[in-house]
Amino acid sequence: MADTSVLTRRHPLESRRAALEALVGDPAITLEPLVSAVDLRVDPDGGALDALAAALGGPLPTAVDTWTGIGDGEALRLGPDEWLLTSAGTDPHRWEDRVDSLAAPFGGMAVDVSAQRVALRLHGAHARELLASGCSIDLRPGRFGRGRCAQTLFGQAPVLLVAHADDDLHLFVRSSFSGYVADRLVDAAALR
Amino acid sequence: MTRVDGYGRIDRTRTLSFTFDGIVRTAHPGDTLASALLAQGVTTLGTSVRLGRPRGVLGSWTEDPCGLVQIEEPFPEPMLLATTVDVVDGLVARGVPGRGRLAEVADTARYDHRHLHCDVLVVGAGPAGLVAAREAARAGQDVVLVDDRPTPGGTLTGTEMIDGRPALEFVDAVAAELAAAPHVTHLQATTAFGHYDDGFVLALERCGEGSDPRQRVHRIRAGRVVVAAGAFERPIVFEDADRPGVMLASAARDLLHRHGVLAGRVVVVFTVDDSAYAAALDLHRAGAAVRVVDARAEAPAGWARRCADAGIVVEPGTDVRGTLGDDRVRAALVGEARREVPCDLLLVSGGWNPTAHLFSHVGGRLAFDDELVGFRPAGDLPGTAVVGAAHGTYALADVLREGAAATGSATDAPHAEPEEITPRGTLWRTPGDPARQFVDIARDATVADIARAVGAGMTSVEHVKRYTTIGTAHDQGKTSGILASGITAELLGRPVGALGTTTFRPPYTPVPFAALAGRDRGDLYDPVRTTPVHDRHVALGAEFEDVGQWKRARHYPRPGEDMAAAVLRECAAVRGAVGMMDGSTLGKIDVRGPDAGVLLDHLYTNLMSTLKVGRVRYGVMCGNDGMVFDDGTVLRLAEDRFLVTTTTGNAAHVLDWMEEWVQTEWPDLRVRLTSVTEQWSILAVAGPRSRDVIGRVFADVDVSNEAFGFMTWQDTELDGVPVRLARISFSGELAVEVTVASWYAADLWDRLLAAGEPWGITPYGTETMHVLRAEKGYPIIGQDTDGTVTPHDLGMAWAVSKKKTDFVGKRSFARPLNADPQRKHLVSLLPTDAATMLPEGSQIVDLPDDGLLPPPPVAMLGHVTSSYRSAELGRPFALALVRGGRDRVGEVVAVPVGDQLVAVEIGDTVLVDPEGARRDG
Amino acid sequence: MQLITCPWCGPREETEFRYGGQADLAYPADPSALDDEQWARFVFFRDNPEGAFAERWCHDAGCRRWLRAVRDTRTYVFAETRPYGRTA
Repeated sequence: MADTSVLTRRHPLESRRAALEALVGDPAITLEPLVSAVDLRVDPDGGALDALAAALGGPLPTAVDTWTGIGDGEALRLGPDEWLLTSAGTDPHRWEDRVDSLAAPFGGMAVDVSAQRVALRLHGAHARELLASGCSIDLRPGRFGRGRCAQTLFGQAPVLLVAHADDDLHLFVRSSFSGYVADRLVDAAALR
Repeated sequence: MTRVDGYGRIDRTRTLSFTFDGIVRTAHPGDTLASALLAQGVTTLGTSVRLGRPRGVLGSWTEDPCGLVQIEEPFPEPMLLATTVDVVDGLVARGVPGRGRLAEVADTARYDHRHLHCDVLVVGAGPAGLVAAREAARAGQDVVLVDDRPTPGGTLTGTEMIDGRPALEFVDAVAAELAAAPHVTHLQATTAFGHYDDGFVLALERCGEGSDPRQRVHRIRAGRVVVAAGAFERPIVFEDADRPGVMLASAARDLLHRHGVLAGRVVVVFTVDDSAYAAALDLHRAGAAVRVVDARAEAPAGWARRCADAGIVVEPGTDVRGTLGDDRVRAALVGEARREVPCDLLLVSGGWNPTAHLFSHVGGRLAFDDELVGFRPAGDLPGTAVVGAAHGTYALADVLREGAAATGSATDAPHAEPEEITPRGTLWRTPGDPARQFVDIARDATVADIARAVGAGMTSVEHVKRYTTIGTAHDQGKTSGILASGITAELLGRPVGALGTTTFRPPYTPVPFAALAGRDRGDLYDPVRTTPVHDRHVALGAEFEDVGQWKRARHYPRPGEDMAAAVLRECAAVRGAVGMMDGSTLGKIDVRGPDAGVLLDHLYTNLMSTLKVGRVRYGVMCGNDGMVFDDGTVLRLAEDRFLVTTTTGNAAHVLDWMEEWVQTEWPDLRVRLTSVTEQWSILAVAGPRSRDVIGRVFADVDVSNEAFGFMTWQDTELDGVPVRLARISFSGELAVEVTVASWYAADLWDRLLAAGEPWGITPYGTETMHVLRAEKGYPIIGQDTDGTVTPHDLGMAWAVSKKKTDFVGKRSFARPLNADPQRKHLVSLLPTDAATMLPEGSQIVDLPDDGLLPPPPVAMLGHVTSSYRSAELGRPFALALVRGGRDRVGEVVAVPVGDQLVAVEIGDTVLVDPEGARRDG
Repeated sequence: MQLITCPWCGPREETEFRYGGQADLAYPADPSALDDEQWARFVFFRDNPEGAFAERWCHDAGCRRWLRAVRDTRTYVFAETRPYGRTA
């Protein structure tokens, strides 16, 4: 049993790390570090995006299903009035407070969802092919290139795909589904 | 041996060994089971399903209606066509009497799925498909080309010339060009078996025996679909035409050119179509003695001349009426005089049927073409083109032009010499005994069967199909369907075009369920959702139960304990000391915004807007129909923020329900909903000693009842990590729910367990939780309710606001049925013998005076919804929905258990601590 | 497998969506003012036209936004999809 004398963050996929790292060939699948994340809800037409961009160190994406880099994290636009904002270095509840206070003047709000999801990285020329074993959306680089993101299904699990490059895709998944998704990826990778 | 030198695309340098019907035989790579058997003179493969007549092969590919075999090795598969089974070393097969047998062991091979997106999907790599794919690739489009045979080329035999060179050289050149082109996926041995809306096509790739995966379903989404699936030859119906040795002319030609098999030495060709002459000449050239019987008044001049040059006798103006022979044809009976013409192979050609299935699947209409003597695609479908033989275009030069035009320009089509075309004859059957004229060889269905159907008044081919079973076998009538239409039309005296065909539905060819399931099997059949504490439960030896997709610890048996013993021990621990349960699976929704209270007042039956910050309230949600569909607790976190919890299995549904109202009904409400189910983990510490455990771990927190009252919450920290404590109890005992960001839940679980050791803290599972709540009369939505139960039925009128002018469900409570005193109420049942466990779902009836169940009908009073053994009560008890139950408290009714009627006393739902003294410790 | 065009996410497979029945059925302003028959009509009765039908779908596996669609009940073809509550 792990030393629990001090409460420590445990990665939901810790038990799968070895299986993922043991995969040989292309793509490599790695666990992304845990980051702070908030679900931001705000009307994009009220000047909130400019205010947030100025404060957070980067423009927020203006089109649904696209993402941008902000400060030490990412901003992913999930819907007409919804963004997922991540920060690698800010403490989760501070991140919620910060974004919330920036959005509040515009009637917006932020909710801490740091522990809600985990992210996997698929890196390699066959990353898209591997995802195509379970994703129905069009993943051709011309249609889903860098800067795109999409909430969709991988197999039967809801996922959030983020295109970093033709050969570099990140997959956010709710932590309770992460074991299923990791197992399915390992299984599909073994088939190629 | 009937293998002939100089023919076929098999690898004669290698020999494979296989077993058929117990006899070890040899084959070459490139052989099908059918070609390998025919090469060794085996013409009878099995017997027919109903009459036990011998069956061979009629076709050479998926159109074959009769060559069914059972595969035993490498893996048992029933009813495959010998013509489509590739021989592999060690193959074991046998003929079947029409039916096979499913494997009795699990299939260990893997089956995959893959999504593919493209601009153009071309189905069929015959001449039309190859050219269509080539032109699309040259235009820079993303192309997928699939073809069901192992190698491209379609029906090209190699004797044709394209662009001045042998056709197969042209095929190889195009295949090489496609292989070199970017954005082209070319899949052989891949059958497009279904075409659906919006350019969606499913294709099954057979990756080869022993490969991993064994098969793969490609889920192809194409901007355009080009159907170049070719055509199948159809036979002509005559007496005893089901005898082995009767074969389609094209099949004999295919066997010769693909597999180097000469299917007979003395051949009669019976035709009404020019194409069979090519087969006659090819077989003659390969060494057979050939004779042609053409039912048309005149033989086509050019073909007749070539036959004459080769010494082939052509008899026009007559027909074949029957066959002689036993397990193999010995003679054809020609003409009205039924003249015996000896032969060991009788080839038939009644013309061709365009393979337009993929056009029909998406609603494309087929129309009868008198010139073509066949049904061909009529009209246009957006996004779908049909070219080549599938379109009823058979001349090679025209086929190539159509292929090129589909994705580019006809002017870029390769060149082929024009062919002589003579009118096709229309002949569905020759005169003879209808009872011996088999239409569907796979079903032993005859012209007599069709006549019976017509005699019974049927005029639709769909009805005739179902009455006669013609076209319902594995081949779905690829050769027999149109024949049945033609013969039905003749019997009705109507044109076949007016009658139409039966509907083509997917799949085009049989698809194994394993392939359709793909990776969705075993552990991946359904997502397994686990909590952050899952590994701890496993380490503690928990038995799990499925709650929706979640795995929840059900109980933690110790060595020697069964579930009943473990649950009794866990219950006693909670009621007597302290226990801990992982409640992380509860749905959690963060409800934020100035109008959050307004929304919750709409959706809960009680008032939530009056809840003070720092407090917790239980609430019930109903649908518009007034029936309970979820319940849970609501924490007010701030003036504009609530945390709603839902039942585990209903979390997504409740969030959807709330979103639906917010988005579609009250979009002006300033409120936003966020799922935080996995953000927060909840560990419930319950029992009289829970205060000690919590006090020990959170030393800074005043856990006294005065400072930390029931249904309140407070935030604290542990090692700098925010933690929320809430006095919520689902057991009736003093209890605290500890909430932490789920990253830390496993560590917190360990900390609480360690801290509780002095009091014997006992992990307990959902089964124990269910017993404890049932002892308190707390219903489980979905177990004690079934969508027909109101809060009042549950005895929860106290949770229904009378102050609110409206909330979802309120209006329905005013309907007269809701005031009916005979509605079913939730009550408890105590078996009077204090010993019998009532099975959940048992019916409840009045207790007859003689104690015996009267003969039916017996009035049902309700049913048992929950039933457990109680450690606290020392006896089994149950919850039940009983007609007018609350007004019958104290009465004794009966529950049939097996052959016995068990007397049970109706009671109030709260069986333990009705005063509620324990919740404060 | 049909595609449904989410106004936000673009064309997606129908399994990403949840059907929400007939569109434009407003919750009554004052349910208590309705008699039982009128209330039952609101709760239980829906149109079932042959042809164009305005209906609600929710892009459950994507942006979770509700959309208003017009679909032909004979052909299943979607004539249009747009964000719920917007008329243009």
